[in-house]
Amino acid sequence: MWTHLQIELYKIFKRPRTYLAFAAITALIGVIQLGLKVDGKEYTEFVMADFATSFSVDGNILNGYFICYVILQLLLVHVPLLIALIAADMISGEANMGTLRLLLTKPQSRTAILLAKFFAAVVYTLLLLIWIAIMGLLCSMLIFGTDDLFLMKSSYVVIVKESDVFWRYAGAFCFAALAMVTVAALGFFLSFFAENSIGPIVATMSVIVVCTILSTMNIPLFNTIKPFLFTSHMNNWKEFFDFKVNDANEAIIGSIQNPQKIIQSSCILFAHIIGFVGSAIILFRKKDILS
Amino acid sequence: MSGIKLKVLIGLLWIFVVQHSNAQDVNELVRKVKAKLDLVNDYTAVGKMKTDVAFIKAPVGAVKMFFKKPDRFKLQRNGGISVLPKGGVSFNMGNLLAASGFTAIDAGTGEVAKTKTRIVKLLPNGDNNDVILSTLYIDESNLLIIKSVTTTRENGTFEMEMSYGKYATYGLPDKVYFSFNAKDYKLPKGITLEFDDADKAIKEKMKGKKGRVEIIYSGYEINKGIADQLFK
Repeated sequence: MWTHLQIELYKIFKRPRTYLAFAAITALIGVIQLGLKVDGKEYTEFVMADFATSFSVDGNILNGYFICYVILQLLLVHVPLLIALIAADMISGEANMGTLRLLLTKPQSRTAILLAKFFAAVVYTLLLLIWIAIMGLLCSMLIFGTDDLFLMKSSYVVIVKESDVFWRYAGAFCFAALAMVTVAALGFFLSFFAENSIGPIVATMSVIVVCTILSTMNIPLFNTIKPFLFTSHMNNWKEFFDFKVNDANEAIIGSIQNPQKIIQSSCILFAHIIGFVGSAIILFRKKDILS
Repeated sequence: MSGIKLKVLIGLLWIFVVQHSNAQDVNELVRKVKAKLDLVNDYTAVGKMKTDVAFIKAPVGAVKMFFKKPDRFKLQRNGGISVLPKGGVSFNMGNLLAASGFTAIDAGTGEVAKTKTRIVKLLPNGDNNDVILSTLYIDESNLLIIKSVTTTRENGTFEMEMSYGKYATYGLPDKVYFSFNAKDYKLPKGITLEFDDADKAIKEKMKGKKGRVEIIYSGYEINKGIADQLFK
């Protein structure tokens, strides 16, 4: 399977569209960084306008950690599209080119071939996230410096100590990787049903959009299904940036406010991955391949 | 009849004399406290600051404070970001007593942290002063302000409780508990596109809750000179 994985990775990275995603991320992050470097002071003054009437905030709010948080908030909504471009093409692309039948003549089980394709999509997804981490976190740290992370949540303000931030980003990126692999698994599953790439890519995005709307709407009818939608859990990387306080309201360094929420969300996302990939394998093994 | 008139007259005279002498006592007391604080021309202090506000989660941080006569004060976090209620923490007794003038009114005695205190109400004479009224609880024997309740035009009412140690001779505290009404502070909604479910819990926690900032001073450098540029 290792050889087949290498072949699949070769196929992915031979296509120009693969690099389009990396270029898009570089451009997006660059634009955000440039904007905040030039007009960051005005941006923070605008964001803090109401808060600043009652409190005075001293320190470098616009530091690399804050910039990365803003980037992640904005980008992780759009990255699924870039992942779908590759993952939803994994089987349908072969079918479209008429090479799927030829591929299956190899002396390997269908499961092994399919798993190699899925793992290749996972590698692409992880590389995309590593690129976001390099551009969004490391470059921002170099450009804007580091300080405590100041976050304004909807009901409260969280200030994470500088020495307590980096491991939270490591955790957040690992969680984001799980969320994006779920998207890859969905695209991979849908690519089984089509013989061209556009259909599964659009279908993947449509499923994500519909599920995101259902996750966001606060209607009792949908509240029962919300916990089971993977889109309800994809944003829980933010849980890494909230910590516990003791009775005297002192921050407990190194703690997470809701670790069980992260564990639960991880389990649900993992279950989705198993479900999508497992279903794709079961269906693929029984399918009569004609293309 | 004339005897009764005489007794009433003496009684009124006694009340007037007692009240007048008390007012003189209180003014004298405040002047003595001010004279003690005047021993300090400037200081640099280091310490730790803890912010206890229901809607702010902040770690305990090291802080540095600078004071220079007559009323310049700066609190700086030693690295990191600090959030402080406006106007309040930078307010200190030196600022208040350094004001152009004030009227002191005796408000009796009271006990703060098991210390007997004289309660003095200070009314600044100037119309443009931010402070409207300040109530001081003064330890008469040591000439130390143990507690103050100050009402300002811009920043509401806040309380300061001070405990003293080895810098008591300069009237400088080892610990300051600064409290204010946290309910009055409102947080803007949705500015970070974050809509979490913690609203109810936080709101419940905030009910009737006072915000508190605790500063524990670990050391002072007194009258060593501070450049004016530091306060800009």
